[in-house]
Amino acid sequence: MDSLLNKNRPPVFCPGCAHERILHATDKAFQNMGLAPHQIVMVSDIGCSGLFDVFFNTNALHGIHGRVLTYAAGLKLARPELYVVATIGDGGLGIGGAHLLSACRRNLDITLLILNNFNFGMTGGQFSATTPAESAVGSAFLNALEKPMDPGEIAVAAGAPFVSRASAYQKDLPEMIEQAIRFEGFSVLDIRGICSGRYLKQNKLTPKMIEDELARLEPLKGPVQRNLRPEYGRSYRERAKSLTPVSMPEGIEAKFSAPQQARQEVIILGSAGQRIQTAGEILGMAGLLAGLHVTQKNEYNVTVMVGLSISELILSREPIDYTGTVQPTVVIALAAEGVARRKEIFSRLDPECLVIQAADVEIPPTQAKIVPVNFKEQGIKNPDRATASLAVLAGMKRVISWEMLDAALSEKFSGSVLAEIRNQQKGLDISS
Amino acid sequence: MKQHFLEGNEATAYAAYHAGCRFFAGYPITPATSILNTMLKILPPAGGIVLQAEDEISAAGYCIGAAAAGMKAMTATSGPGMSLCSEQISFAVGAEIPMVIVNVQRLGPSTGSATRGADGDIQSMRWGGNFGGLPLIVLAPTDAADCFVLTVHAFNLAERYRCPVMIASNKEIGMTKESIDLTSLSAEMTSGVQKLNFCESADHNPPPLFRKTSSTHGPDNYLTTAPEEIAAMLEQMRHKIESNIEQFTFYDEIAAPDAETMILTYGVTARAAKAACRMLHAEGKAVSLLVLKTLWPVPEKLIREKTKNLKRIIVAEMNMGQYVREIERVLRDKQVEFLGQMNGQLIPPSRIKEAVCG
Repeated sequence: MDSLLNKNRPPVFCPGCAHERILHATDKAFQNMGLAPHQIVMVSDIGCSGLFDVFFNTNALHGIHGRVLTYAAGLKLARPELYVVATIGDGGLGIGGAHLLSACRRNLDITLLILNNFNFGMTGGQFSATTPAESAVGSAFLNALEKPMDPGEIAVAAGAPFVSRASAYQKDLPEMIEQAIRFEGFSVLDIRGICSGRYLKQNKLTPKMIEDELARLEPLKGPVQRNLRPEYGRSYRERAKSLTPVSMPEGIEAKFSAPQQARQEVIILGSAGQRIQTAGEILGMAGLLAGLHVTQKNEYNVTVMVGLSISELILSREPIDYTGTVQPTVVIALAAEGVARRKEIFSRLDPECLVIQAADVEIPPTQAKIVPVNFKEQGIKNPDRATASLAVLAGMKRVISWEMLDAALSEKFSGSVLAEIRNQQKGLDISS
Repeated sequence: MKQHFLEGNEATAYAAYHAGCRFFAGYPITPATSILNTMLKILPPAGGIVLQAEDEISAAGYCIGAAAAGMKAMTATSGPGMSLCSEQISFAVGAEIPMVIVNVQRLGPSTGSATRGADGDIQSMRWGGNFGGLPLIVLAPTDAADCFVLTVHAFNLAERYRCPVMIASNKEIGMTKESIDLTSLSAEMTSGVQKLNFCESADHNPPPLFRKTSSTHGPDNYLTTAPEEIAAMLEQMRHKIESNIEQFTFYDEIAAPDAETMILTYGVTARAAKAACRMLHAEGKAVSLLVLKTLWPVPEKLIREKTKNLKRIIVAEMNMGQYVREIERVLRDKQVEFLGQMNGQLIPPSRIKEAVCG
C-alpha cells in the first residue's frame, strides 16, 4: 500500500520534533490497514498537532483550538463508514477538556491521538495541562503552582473503552495506532514526545526519560475492561430503528361554533404546578375546534412547581396580531402569585368581563362580574384547578361550549386521565 | 382546513425537517429547548441524528462536522449559548460550511431573564459574534408561520451561499403557541427546497476528498499567506452574501398611500405595530408599516424604495436601539425616531400608536 502522506505538502515540523515521528507512524498504520484516502478523515485543531491534516492526502477538517472532538463526532455520525482520526495537543486537551469527557462517555468510533509534548509549542512554550511542575517553561513560575493532569487516567475515569500511553519513540507505535483505529469505539492514545523547538530549550527530556516515566505509571494498554460497551453510533441507529416515525402533526378541524362572535381575551392567573399552561392549551385547542385563530402567550419564572404562572389567550375570527391581552373578557384567578403580577388589570376590567375567582384567592376591587368557585369544596386539588375552571366557562357558555371543551380534552388526553377530568368538571357545571 | 396549535419553536423544528435537515445538536437552554425536544421527537425515527451537546460550543461543532460530511445541520440556542457558539459560527463563515443557527432571544445581558423576551442580540448577530467581520444572513420571524417559512429559506440560503444562516427568533415567538396551517405552509414551501449541493460525494465512487479549514486558505482549502489570494477569498465571501441580498429580501408591509409616517420594525414587535396600524387606520390616520424579515445584510434598496415618499420613520424594537442605527445610516434625509423597550414585556400597540401620533 502507498503512503497516504501529501506529496505536495511535506512535513514542516522543527528538526527533532516528535510530531513527525507520530505522523509517519500514523501513515504506517494506515498502510498496514490497507486504507485508501477517501476512507479516512483527519480532524485537527490548533497548534503544532493541527498541522497533521495538511500532511495527509485524505479527507480533512481543521478547526478551532480544543474543539477537534466536536467535529469528529459530527463527521462520524454523518458518515459512519469513515475512519475518523483526530489529533490534539496537550494545549487543546486543556481548553477542550469538556469535549474529551463527553467523547469518553459517548463512545463514538473515533481515534484520538494526543500529541503530548508538555507545552504550548506554537505560541512560545507556555505551560499546558500536562507540563510537569518542575519544568522551566514560558509562563514564568505559574506551572510550578499547578499539578499536571494525566490524560489517560482522566479518559479511563470518564468512560473511554480504549486508552493507551505510548512514547513517540517506541518501535511498535504504528501497531499501537492501528490497534486504536481498529477498536470499535472511542480510543485514546496519549503519545508523549519531545518538543525540540520550545520545551527542550530549557529542559532536559530524552526518549529514555519518557520511556522510564511510562514504566513508572500504571500501564494503560488498550481496552479498558470496565468501560467496554457497544459503540454509540451503532447503538443510536439500533435504538432509532425501533422508534415510530413522526409525521407532521395532525391538525384540528373546525367542527363547532363558539358561543360568542366577538374576540375573546382570556387570562389565567395562577401559580406553577396548577397546570396553567396546560389549561391554556386546552382552551386554545377548543378555539381551533371552533375554527378560530388562537394565540397563547405564557409567563412564568425559571422555578418549577413554585412561583407565578400566567397564560394569556386570544381567540378571534380575525388573524391575531399582538399576543398580549389588552381588554380581557375573562380573568381566571387561581393563585395569589398570578394575581399579584397582574393586579393592575382588575381596576380596568369592564362590567361585561367575567372573573372566575377561586374562593381562597383575593383579588383587587373590580367592576367585572365575579363568579366565586370553591375548588376545595368541590374536591378539586390544586393541580386540577386550571383545567377544572374551563368547565365553569363552558357551563356559562362563555368563550367555549361544552362540545368544544369536551373535544379539546379528547385531543389532549385519553383513558383514565380524560375520564377523571370529565368527572371533576361535571360538578362545576354552573348551568346544571 | 385543519389548523395546528404550535409554538414558534415547534414550527421551526418541523420546517427544518421539511427542508431536509437530518442533523441537530443542541444544549438545553430556555427559551430554545423546545426546538431540541421537537427535533428529538422527529429526527431519530426518520434516520436523522440528534445530539445533546455538552455545551453550545460543541453543539455548533457537531453541526460543522456533520455539515462538512454532507448533512443539513441545525442548532438552536439563546443569548448565553450564542456567545459560546460564536467561534464556531466564525469557522462556518470562513470555511464556507452551511448550517442554520436559531437564536431564540431572551432578555440579556448575560444570564438575564431566561423566560422573558427581547430582541437584544440584533447587532451582535450581524456578525454572528464572529471575529473577522464578514457578513451573515439573519432572518427574523414575527410568528409561528414565519418560523416555518423562514427556517426553510434559511436552509436553502445556507446551501446556496455555503454559509451559516441565523434565525433571530424571540421567546415571545418561540414559546407562544398559535394556530397555524402547517399542511398548507409545507405544501407551499415544497418546490423551494434546495437540494444538498455542498457535498455531492454520493454520486462519485470513490467520493472526492473533502477538505475544510478554519485557517485562511486559498481555493484549494490549504493555508495561504499570499495577500492577493487572501483578499480574493475574503472578498468572495463578502460578495456572495451582500450582492445577492435582493434574492432573499423578505418583508411584509401595509402601505398607506397618503402616509407621511412609517413604522419600521421586525420580529414580534411587528405584531403590535400591525395592531397599532389598524387602530390608526380605523381613526382615519394614514400610517404605513414595513416589517423586515431579512435583517442582515440590511436590505437597503427595499428600505429606500418603501420610504421614498415618507418624511418620518419610527423604528420600534425590543431593545435599547440597535437596528435603528442602520435605518439612520440608510435614510440620512429622513426623520428617524426610535421606540424601544427592554423590560421583559412586549411593546404594546398603544405605545406605538402614541409614538405615531407624537
